[in-house]
Order: sequence, then C-alpha cells, then structure tokens
Amino acid sequence: MSVAVLPYTVKPHPVTGVYSGKLGTWLFLASEVMLFGALFSAYVLLRVGAPATGPAAWPTHDQTHLSWKIGGFNTLVLIVSSVTMVMAWASLKMNNLAKGRMYLGITVALAFVFIIVKLLFEYIPKFNAGHTPSHNNFFALYFTLTGLHALHIIGGIVVITYFIFPGSTLWRKDPEYYTNRIECTGLYWHFVDLVWIFLFPVLYLM
Amino acid sequence: MSGGHHEHHHDDHAHHPELGFWRKYVFSTDHKVIGIWYAVTALVFLMVGFSLMMLMRYQLAYPGREIFGWLMLPETYNSFGAMHGTIMVFLGVVPMVVGGFGNYVMPLQIGAPDMSFPKINMFSYWSYLCGGIVMLASFFVPGGAANSGWTSYTPLSVTATQGQTFWLLGMVFLITSSLLGSVNFIVTIIQLRAKGLEFFRLPFFVWTQFVTAFLLLLAFPPLEAAAVLQLMDRVAGTSFFMPEGLVVSGVPQTYTGGGSPLLWQHLFWFLAHPEVYVLILPGMGIVAEVIANNTRKPLWGYRAMVYSLIFLGFMSFIVWAHHMFMTGMGTKISAFFATTTMIISIPSVVILTALLISLYRGCIRFNVPMLFALAFLPMFAIGGLTGLPLGLPASDIHLHDTYYVIGHFHYVVAPGTIFAIFAGIYHWYPKVTGRMLNSALGKVHFFLSFIFINTVFMPMFFQGMAGVSRRLYDQTLYAHGEAVQGLTIMSSWGAWMLGLSQLPFILNFFMSLRAGKRIAANPWDATTLEWVAPSPPPHGNFATIPVVYRGPYEYSVPGVQTDFFPQHVGAEA
Amino acid sequence: MSDAHADISKHVKSYIGVFLALAVLTVVTVAISRVHFSGSGNVIVALAIAAFKASLVAAIFMHLKWEKSPSIWWSLVICAMFFLFLILIPVLAVGDLPPQAQHGMWDVVSPAAGGGGH
Repeated sequence: MSVAVLPYTVKPHPVTGVYSGKLGTWLFLASEVMLFGALFSAYVLLRVGAPATGPAAWPTHDQTHLSWKIGGFNTLVLIVSSVTMVMAWASLKMNNLAKGRMYLGITVALAFVFIIVKLLFEYIPKFNAGHTPSHNNFFALYFTLTGLHALHIIGGIVVITYFIFPGSTLWRKDPEYYTNRIECTGLYWHFVDLVWIFLFPVLYLM
Repeated sequence: MSGGHHEHHHDDHAHHPELGFWRKYVFSTDHKVIGIWYAVTALVFLMVGFSLMMLMRYQLAYPGREIFGWLMLPETYNSFGAMHGTIMVFLGVVPMVVGGFGNYVMPLQIGAPDMSFPKINMFSYWSYLCGGIVMLASFFVPGGAANSGWTSYTPLSVTATQGQTFWLLGMVFLITSSLLGSVNFIVTIIQLRAKGLEFFRLPFFVWTQFVTAFLLLLAFPPLEAAAVLQLMDRVAGTSFFMPEGLVVSGVPQTYTGGGSPLLWQHLFWFLAHPEVYVLILPGMGIVAEVIANNTRKPLWGYRAMVYSLIFLGFMSFIVWAHHMFMTGMGTKISAFFATTTMIISIPSVVILTALLISLYRGCIRFNVPMLFALAFLPMFAIGGLTGLPLGLPASDIHLHDTYYVIGHFHYVVAPGTIFAIFAGIYHWYPKVTGRMLNSALGKVHFFLSFIFINTVFMPMFFQGMAGVSRRLYDQTLYAHGEAVQGLTIMSSWGAWMLGLSQLPFILNFFMSLRAGKRIAANPWDATTLEWVAPSPPPHGNFATIPVVYRGPYEYSVPGVQTDFFPQHVGAEA
Repeated sequence: MSDAHADISKHVKSYIGVFLALAVLTVVTVAISRVHFSGSGNVIVALAIAAFKASLVAAIFMHLKWEKSPSIWWSLVICAMFFLFLILIPVLAVGDLPPQAQHGMWDVVSPAAGGGGH
C-alpha cells in the first residue's frame, strides 16, 4: 500500500465495520454527553441545595418567565432540522447532490430560525427585565445550558454551510467520502437536537 | 533528530510534493514530528515547574530569608505552589507521556503509517501550546498567577485575582487539546493496527495508551463544564459556587448566593482522580516495555495485566470523593468511596506484582533504561502503599492536607512516572535520533537522581504525621512545624541537589545528538514493531506495513536461533 | 449500513414516521406537565418521555438501529455508565447528609439574623 495514505477513511474496516471518521464522531459525542451531563448534574445539585426562601431560592415556574410556547416552537424547529439533515444524507446516498445540498440549506435555515427566536424572544427580553445570569442560579443555569447549546448550533451552522459551498467540491473527487462527512455532521447535529430534547422539559416545564 | 524526513520514498510518493521547512518541521501533521514537539515543550514546562519548586523550597527551608535580595511573599508562594502543580500535571507529565511518547511510539508499535486524524493531531499540539502560554502569561498580570492551588477550590478561587481567570482559560485550551487527542488515539488503535495485530498481541504500552485515552475522553468534559461555571462566577457574577452571605476580608460579597462550593469539588475531582491514573498508566506501559526487553523473557501475566488495566480504568471513575472525606460528607457515601478506593488498589498491585515476577529468572541487562524501570517498581510501591491510609476516612482525618499527602502523590509521580519517562527517553532516543545516549552519563544521572529524589520526598511522610499542613508558607510559625524543620531543610537540599543531578542528563541529551553512537534499526534487539522501521523512521514509517505473527514479548523462545523473535518475522526463522 | 437505493427509501419512510412521533410526543410533554403527580412523579414522567424521544433520534436518525460496529456500541455503553455515575453519585452524596444540612447548607448566616437557611 502507498506510504502515508491512511486506510479506512472512506471504506469501513473489515473487522470493526466502521470508517474512522464515524467512530471518531461517536467518541466525540460521548465526550459531549459527559460535558452536558456535568451541567445537568450541576442543575440537580443546585436545585436540591437551594435555600427555601430569599433571593437565592429556586424560582417557581411562573417566576422563571419561560414561555413553553417559544420553547415548544423551537423544539419543533430543531426536530424538523434533524429530519432535513438525515434526508440530506439519504439524498447523497441516492446520488443526488442537488437535493442533498437543498436539504442541508433548509437545515441551516432552520438553525438560524432557532437562534433568532432564542435571541429576540428570550435572551434580549430577559436581559432587559433584569433576569440575568447573576440574578439567581436558575437563570445562571438557563443561560449557561442554552448558551452552550446555542454555541453548538452555531458551530453546526458553520460546518454545514462549509459543506454546502466550498466543501461540496469533494463530491466530484470522492462522492462516498463527501457523503460520509455529511453522515458524521448529521450525527453531531442529531446530538445537538437530542440535548435540546432534554433541555426543553427540564428548563421550561419543571 | 528529525533528519530522517529527508529519506522520502519517492517511488510511493507520486502525488506527494516536497514540503517546505514550515510544513515539514513546524506545522507538520506527521505524528513523529508532533510527538517531538510535545516532548520538547513538555520538558521545558517540567523545567519551569521544577524551578518554581526550587524557589519555594528556599522559602520553606529558610523562612523569611531573601533570595538574592528578593523576598518571597505569601501570595507569591501560593502562586508558585498552584502553578507548580498545574504546570507539572497538565503542561508537563501528561503532554510528555501521552502527547510525546504516545504520539511518537504508539503508531509505530501498531504498524500504522500515522494517526487516524493527522490534522487534528497537529491542532491538538497547538491548542496545548496556547494553553501553556496563557498559563505562563498569568505570572505577569496584576496580582500574579493563580494562587488557589492546582485544585482551584471555590469560593477562594472565585474571589481570587486576575491570574485565576487566565488559569481557567488556559484549562479550556488544554482540555480541548486533550479531548481531540484522545479521540485520535482511540480510533487509531482500533482502526489502524497492522494485519495480525489482534488486541491481545498489542504491546502493553499501547494498551495503557488506549485506556488512558478513554479516561481523558470521558473525565475531562466535566472539568471543562466546571471551568466555564467558575469563569461565569468570576466574570458574570453568577453564584454557581458562591453561598449566600459570604464575607471576604471584611467585605460582604454581593452574589445572590445559593451556590455550592462542594459542586466544584465533585466536578473537579471527577476529572482529577482519573487524571492521576492518566499520569501513571503510560509510565507503567513504558516500564513494561523496558523490563520485557531487558530481561529477555516475556512479561509474566500479560493477560492479567491487561484485564487489571481495564478494571483500573473503570474503577478510577468511582473513587473521586476520597479527596473529599473532610468536607462533611455523610458516613454512607464515605464508606462507598472508601470501599471503591480499596478495591482499586487491587489491579495496581496485580500490575506491579506481574512486573516484579517478570524479573524472576530473567537475563537482566542493567542498562540505563532498565535501571530507571527497576527503580520505578519499589518507588511506585511506596507511593501506592502510602495511599492506603489516605483512602480510609478514619486515618485520613489526621493525614488529609498534610505533607503526608504530598509525599504520597509525589512518590507515585516523581520517582514513579518521571523515572518511567527517563526510562522511555533512554530507551527510545535511539529510535528518534538514530544515536545512543551515553551510558556512563546516564548511570550518573540515574544514581544521583535516585538518591536525591528519595531525600526530597521520604521526610515528607514524617512531617505529615507530625501534623505539618501542606500549602504552608512558613511552618516554623507553629511549634509542631518548628519541631520538624530539620526535615524541611533536608527536603530542600535534596531538591537542589536533584536539580543539579539533571545536568548530566541535559548534557547527554544535546551531546548525543551530534556525537552519540550511531545505530541501525534495532539496537536493543527488541521484538515490537517500532524497531522494524529505520532509526529515525521516515514519513509514513514503514516501506511496507509489517504483518504480525505473534505476541509482543517473544523473547528466549525455545528453538529460535536469536533470543528474540520479532512480531513481524514470518514462521520459524 | 446498506448502500442500496431501495433500502434508503425505506429508511425515508421511517424518518417521516419518527418526525411525526417526535412532534406528537412534544405536545404530550407539554400537556402532561399540567397534570400534577405526587412527589417526583412529574420529573420522572417528563424525563421518561424525553428519554424515549432521544432513543428514537438515536436509533433512527443516528442509525444505531442498523449499526453493527462493536467499537461504537462499547463506547456508548461505557459512556452511559460514567454518565450515570456523574449524575447519580453527587446527588446521593448530598442525600446522605442530615435533612437540615441539605438545603442552603452553604449559606453563611450572620449571628444577628438567626436560623436562616440552615
């Protein structure tokens, strides 16, 4: 075999059954589970340990000023974006680059909707009303959890946009390699959706 | 020492343009170049961390005395202490054993042309360097570097000076580097093993890198999360770790409160306990390689060692609160952690015992790597045994936060891992450079280091039992500290002599680059795959990827002409 | 993971199916949060529904249902175990304290203010 050419980057390994990028992506997602897990653990400890009265007491549902309608809408936006993401991969697998890029484009658009809704209807009104991270630990956790999640969405937007435009030239050289990269991006994107599936009830409904 | 890259195999490089200086030596994606960068950077950081400690030890031995007209203030002492720990652990030892040795040796030992993700590998290094620079830069900001211990306990760290923010930012860079690196290591070991190299034919060193990578992958993220939370407490005024009503130096704090300092400790130690196994496991791997090679017989109990390693890795995630026995935890949870801690000592003992038994009836070659590897065994034993009274809550009441703890963990890391690192350097320097290190200088380095490292750390157990606290600027302020000040002076002189003892090594390291004895591929007559490639290996490592036919330690096999039967050689030579 | 055209179009059907299930379950999540269960019932129900939704995403969108690679499965199992330790053990640690020390235990109360959060 040619020196310094790495095997199993496109075709799967005969024994492990996976190509390297996918295994790497899953391992990265495992570390992300631990990252968000630590924040959920912090949520549990801080909520359980909060004093009963006073400014540091855990706010009641009304005092959190979180709208389940906005949260629910955003949840549906992300779920649809997950569907379009997996449809993008399926289209590429069926050799249709144009359809694949279209679905990727819709995914990015939906991601933007999520961010804009968050910013315009949640973050900015909260800051204006004085419900800042320093106000109490609920808001501290709310902003940290959703903020970190939003950063992950933005990261996803950057990567997917790259694959729609400059990255799509890889299709001509090696369509299977390109499709695999979209699969890995999809795994990341579904994970981001998954985190929100837990964040929504925990923050908005409990 | 990276001169081997001139030897490109042009027949295989149809579309591989010759790289310029910067792409070849600085922004390289070759695991060997990256490994060398990691190792050199780590050695520099180890020297920095060591120097901080040598200065601290002057204050400890002669409290209040100026060093060339400069008086070390308590705040400075605290900064030096916090940074000594941080630099040694995160910028020195782990980058050396994982980034340095792991990156360079592991792909060679599995017969791979490089790591699975070479560009990510390069990015990991630069992220590490950025983190290191941020950490060092903190010495020069107003208020100096972080001074709340390497453990950054809240609420002290939240109310500390600017340097702490740098520490937290530096940690984010370092953790990112580590996470990317561990993904790379795991995928490489799973995907890129040569044909015939099944998991139970892997050198023990590769196994240790594999388990270590899982520890880093899954244990670091909670600390990253905690660092972000602490950053928010410091910068955004949140109260994740801040209780209500806190008053600091007479100034009531304005945090809303409701936070928990214990939350920081849980999240920190969730990483930091597996981290200490990250510190020791690759070292054990290095020692295993050197012992097998220099006893000319297979490792005894290889399978038991591997299973113990896996069990150890798993257990390391559920012992962390043995660092928190004195925080007022309940008796049931303390009993849980004490139990898991006692259980985790079993696999360690299995590995150590297997290494010891491996010596029995061996044909031992007392070369310099072997001297360091042999010394590792009793030193690690002392470190491990002294961990037992710390892992039991009752005795920990007396020993927690004393010098006994410092003695315990330094024995494991200093004459433990650092000696393993020296063994590894003397063992693999020929592979990296094509030249041998001078043996006489090496033996001087070894004997002096061995004597003085024990001089530094042995007295600490007695100081701890006498009740001297750690992180103490001047123990002579207390009667019980004054009583054992003699031990402090002994440790300090040991430390300075230990520093001087490294000079033969530094001299040897640079001299041998030019004047060391030149060797071919396999100067140690070893069996593992890294010795198949030329010394140093070219880009791509092997002209043809070797095929593996047997286990990693087939030494003194009956019926074979030589006393070693390399993994890649076909049936009966 | 098969490359055949036909298989992929079968999968497309399951993607739409999962989407509908997720949408419905989201509505259910909101609706059921209005119903008051005793003790920590609400928490358990909400998390159970979320876990089920997550498993649908993981199985169908992330293709775990068809994933045969042992490396991936082992990594996920190990991760799940440590995730559970991370979530459960600190809670158990706090739970092992006497009740009066569990809430606001870190709040510093000045002598003048009296009982407060202890």
